[in-house]
Amino acid sequence: MGAITLEQVTKSFGDVDVIHPLDLTVEDGEFVVFVGPSGCGKSTLLRLIAGLEDTSSGRIVIDGEDATAVPPAKRRLAMVFQSYALYPHMSVRKNIAFPMKMAGIDKAEQTRRIEQAAEVLNLTDYLDRRPGQLSGGQRQRVAIGRAIVREPAAFLFDEPLSNLDAALRVGMRMEISELHNRLKTTMIYVTHDQVEAMTMADKIVVLSAGRIEQVGSPLDLYHAPRNLFVAGFIGSPKMNLMTGPEAERRDAQTIGIRPEHLAASPDSGAWRGTVGVSEHLGSDTFFHVKIEGRDDPVTVRAGGEVSLHHGDPIFLTPDESRMHRFDAQGLRIA
Amino acid sequence: MATKASRAAARAMISPSVILLLGWMLIPLIMTIYFSLLRYNLLMPGANPFVGLENYEYFFTDPAFVAAVTNTLMLVVGVLVVTVGGGIALALLIDQPMWGQGIVRILVIAPFFVMPTVSALVWKNMFMNPVNGLFAHGAQFLGMQPFDFLAHAPLASIIGIVSWQWLPFATLILLTALQSLDSEQLEAAEMDGAGPFARFRHMVLPHLARAITVVILIETIFLLSIFAEILVTTGGGPGNASTNLTYLVYVQSLLQFDVGLGSAGGVFAIILANIVAIFLMRMIGKNLDA
Amino acid sequence: MARAITTNRKIINTAIAWFIALLIFFPILWTVLTSFKTEAQAIADPPLFLGFDWTLENYTTVQERSNYARHFWNSVVISVGSTILGLIIAVPAAWSMAFVPSKHTRNILMWMLSTKMLPPVGVLVPIYLIFRDWGLLDTQFGLVIVLTLINLPIIVWMLYTYFREIPGEILEAARMDGATLKSEVLYVLLPMAVPGIASTMLLNIILAWNEAFWTLNLTAAKAAPLTAFIASYSSPEGLFYAKLSAASTMAIAPILIMGWFSQKQLVRGLTFGAVK
Repeated sequence: MGAITLEQVTKSFGDVDVIHPLDLTVEDGEFVVFVGPSGCGKSTLLRLIAGLEDTSSGRIVIDGEDATAVPPAKRRLAMVFQSYALYPHMSVRKNIAFPMKMAGIDKAEQTRRIEQAAEVLNLTDYLDRRPGQLSGGQRQRVAIGRAIVREPAAFLFDEPLSNLDAALRVGMRMEISELHNRLKTTMIYVTHDQVEAMTMADKIVVLSAGRIEQVGSPLDLYHAPRNLFVAGFIGSPKMNLMTGPEAERRDAQTIGIRPEHLAASPDSGAWRGTVGVSEHLGSDTFFHVKIEGRDDPVTVRAGGEVSLHHGDPIFLTPDESRMHRFDAQGLRIA
Repeated sequence: MATKASRAAARAMISPSVILLLGWMLIPLIMTIYFSLLRYNLLMPGANPFVGLENYEYFFTDPAFVAAVTNTLMLVVGVLVVTVGGGIALALLIDQPMWGQGIVRILVIAPFFVMPTVSALVWKNMFMNPVNGLFAHGAQFLGMQPFDFLAHAPLASIIGIVSWQWLPFATLILLTALQSLDSEQLEAAEMDGAGPFARFRHMVLPHLARAITVVILIETIFLLSIFAEILVTTGGGPGNASTNLTYLVYVQSLLQFDVGLGSAGGVFAIILANIVAIFLMRMIGKNLDA
Repeated sequence: MARAITTNRKIINTAIAWFIALLIFFPILWTVLTSFKTEAQAIADPPLFLGFDWTLENYTTVQERSNYARHFWNSVVISVGSTILGLIIAVPAAWSMAFVPSKHTRNILMWMLSTKMLPPVGVLVPIYLIFRDWGLLDTQFGLVIVLTLINLPIIVWMLYTYFREIPGEILEAARMDGATLKSEVLYVLLPMAVPGIASTMLLNIILAWNEAFWTLNLTAAKAAPLTAFIASYSSPEGLFYAKLSAASTMAIAPILIMGWFSQKQLVRGLTFGAVK
């Protein structure tokens, strides 16, 4: 129903290669997240799948059929844009009805689907308002509603939560996940926020500079990042990466240990340092520790009750079973 | 968004305009150049032999030519001086705090929307006419002889009429530019001790410089082609006193039916306009990039 | 400005501004007033400002003597006609330049604007001859063609600037929603662009109504619009100021009203955006 495959897909704008030859499989019903820093090509990739841009080479296969030359209107995909892209001169009802109108669906069926979508998305009271009269979250829902009624093979989300404030974002995240559980339709979701990726995805595709760095489930990426980039990208706060004698001692060019896998103690431990900036979140505390002999601070997570202050001595002990090792090319050593 | 499909569609959608305008430009242009190389008079049917640059010779040595070029220049410069100078002054005035600014704007803008033949005739008859015009009445009231404007100062009179028509344009443009000047900048300058004249010289004028340039260039393009006002008031006279380049070509082509000669004049007018246009296009180009 | 403007200064500004504004507006005012006078009163010395017997005789005479209505109608037909024709040609072009720009877009736009700078006198001869040979002289149709062509660059330019203000994503959403190009333009673009299109139409009608080169040279009695008709205005009996005023008032009134509503569009359209 919603299986999408990319075969050796590339995209160049003039002389600039934005996407390097790339293979990817999205299974029917999966929630796949494209994540990566700004400019990594994730939005471009989404637009290639949508058909809003032509590939420079390679094939895009949707449900077994080559869709590379098929125009966006005919790919049976629905897209939710970052800016929602609602039709300002139409009411919510007409906005949601538009794709069905384009498909020639009869009026009775249109009304049925609109009412169903409105119920799911809590829009029933707003059907006759214009987008200009709605809040950001409501507009977001209208955009999703417009996508739902198409009954597409897959949903494409282009950073849909970026324009919402933080509290709203958390709520909408859950709503979208809930939607996925209900509809069981394939969803491809683009974001730069790795928290969204980790919480929502069945499968994460980490992209950097037009290349796929790693594909895997959230926990795969957390426990076994394939290279330095993924190791530093997934997880918040970032994994501590170190070169030098500590790495050499463990037969690696670079070692990595997550802040939550370091034990902190005021009196004894493997590495000695001084407390720098500390961030007290109530539930956790993050200390940025200046270790002797290193320039970059090491971040360690401690419980909320630990009270150490700027300048205090501190000792850190890594959990060796959670230590990551990387070779000179930045690739993971098993 | 750019897919092969949308790009193909875009090319198709833009072609009618491009083709039509290309045709509009090239076909008559080529014909004009062609005619300018023939001896072609509509009153004398028969062969129209190719005579090379003979028409150009006649055109440039025609005594009317020098007069036409001079008059064209004076018209353009005259109107520019009045409209730009007056426009700056008016824009500054209207920008001041006052009551009824909206109405003042409307009153000042109005002349631009009056069709040229109406304004020319109104000025010619009801104001400048030495017997029945208001100026004549005013002169007599002051005990002076009425002055026959169009007979004795034809070019100046036409400059006056055209200036009246274009002053609103300059004012509107300059007022728009003036109102885009950041008032906070002016206040900062005032805090720094700059008086009103200093502020005008060092902040307002430079900011307006670009708008002034645009006004000058656009007006020049249109002023080179002043036609209706001359046709309706003085018919180019007395003699050639108020004939500009456009009117001269008109006379040669449609009144004297010397199509060959008129075409040579037309080519000259095009070259002249192109020079101004090059400067204007640069300014527009700069802004398109912005 | 967060400073007290002295009321005195405001009074002075207002007085000076109103004085100058009324001075500039005076010829128009005078024309309108004179249109309601008798011919004798029109040339009276000292001039009668308000103290005359208002009459409508000039308005009726103008129509009776010279079929004013026909020329008025000619103006309407060529202004509205060239505007509509221009829009039909320009909307696709502006869509293409605003939403699918290529590296040539800027140059094409500038070239289009440059065609407006062609002095009409430079092509007077060929156009006149072509019109003569093709029976287009003194026809509404011929004038509509010419006016469309000379104003097309401005229509394209203005629509382009208005279209650029529409977020391209909304059109992409329409495409994703299954809209064909025609549907996209009809159901999404045009409704959103209505204010811009209306402004462009307003400006173009004004420019076409007042055009006074081609309308004077390519028409005679039949298709002459008001510009040409007024140009020939005189009267067999000699005195004609009042009738001229009536004819003029009727000719300029519609445009004055339209013009007062279109000041912003004027700046945008005629400076080709070089001034913001």
